[in-house]
Amino acid sequence: MRHSTRIAVGPVQFRIGSDWRAPIDALDRLYAGYPKDMARPADATVRLFAARPWRRWLRPSVHIGGDFIVPDALPLPLSMGLLAAEMGMNLQVALGWRRHMLLHASAVARDGRAVILSGESGSGKSTLAALLGEGAWRLMGDEFTLIEPASGDALGFPRAVSLKNAAIAEMAARVDPARLGPLLAGTPKGDIRHLIPRADAIAAMHEPARPALILFPRFGGAAAIEPMAPGEVFVRLTEASTNYVALGEAGFAALARLVRETPAFGISYPDSAAGMALVEQLWAEAVR
Amino acid sequence: MADRLYRAPAAGALRIEPLGDLTAIFDRRSMQTHLVVAPMPEIIAALGDTPCDAGALAERLAAMFDLADAGGDDVAAVLRERLAELAALGLVAAA
Repeated sequence: MRHSTRIAVGPVQFRIGSDWRAPIDALDRLYAGYPKDMARPADATVRLFAARPWRRWLRPSVHIGGDFIVPDALPLPLSMGLLAAEMGMNLQVALGWRRHMLLHASAVARDGRAVILSGESGSGKSTLAALLGEGAWRLMGDEFTLIEPASGDALGFPRAVSLKNAAIAEMAARVDPARLGPLLAGTPKGDIRHLIPRADAIAAMHEPARPALILFPRFGGAAAIEPMAPGEVFVRLTEASTNYVALGEAGFAALARLVRETPAFGISYPDSAAGMALVEQLWAEAVR
Repeated sequence: MADRLYRAPAAGALRIEPLGDLTAIFDRRSMQTHLVVAPMPEIIAALGDTPCDAGALAERLAAMFDLADAGGDDVAAVLRERLAELAALGLVAAA
């Protein structure tokens, strides 16, 4: 590929190649504070390429490739090259990673203990984690949480946080503008702007944390806490894991242990402040 | 007609993890995860290596648990259905 870079997020070393310079430059700006080792072998490869050579210039559209591909994924315009890169990185991890059980969940940590937030898109898990990560918590990641099968510990994947729609203004009001990437307006997922995690979260990205709480946030409705039975948590987390089946018995054992040892709750909240208060309340009870 | 005989899978074929009201069972042969509720785990535990039909299983379970009307036709009929379901999942084998 004409342009390339390497990015290490948590345990994953990415190699990203592109037919265009702009997405690589944008990634290098977002990930400038991350450890960079150009010699370390890549765990995952992402390729951003033009479908036909002339499409590098004429209505340039970015196809996402790599070790794993989604055959019918539509290309994105070059102005959304950063989003294409992010989608490619997520895809390679979701489909290819085998060393840990992967949960589609955000996570924050304090005192070596982790709160794992699992939910669909729109549940608010990313925004809650990002907001908590600006306070007394270490942001472990807004998209993926990795569970180490042998120890049961959670490992972070603190990629640049993908803020969407209303969350953009909410975070922009709180953080140094230098930590925000360019606004990507009108993407297939709405408006997107990336937030660079705090330097302490990046510095601590290899530190494991023992799971203390599993939460299933649901944005909207009155503030409420609903304890969840381990069987239901097990089912929901198999659905939230992109590699549970691929891991076989190691995944089964890791998930059974996580569910048995970690209290779990569904939380509903009308706004971010209420959601954060519920997390703090359940945390205080869990570590008491 | 004689009742069908069943036995538990070979030792080590299943990994069984109780999770509250549900029990998660990992089948090492198929790599599949099954989630079951009572009395499925109890049936698998009571079956053992010796082939056994629904009537004999009802007696074994009655010895282990306080079953009302154990050994009655109702219990055996329910167990016959459950055994067929477990066999369809591959969690018990027809002997």
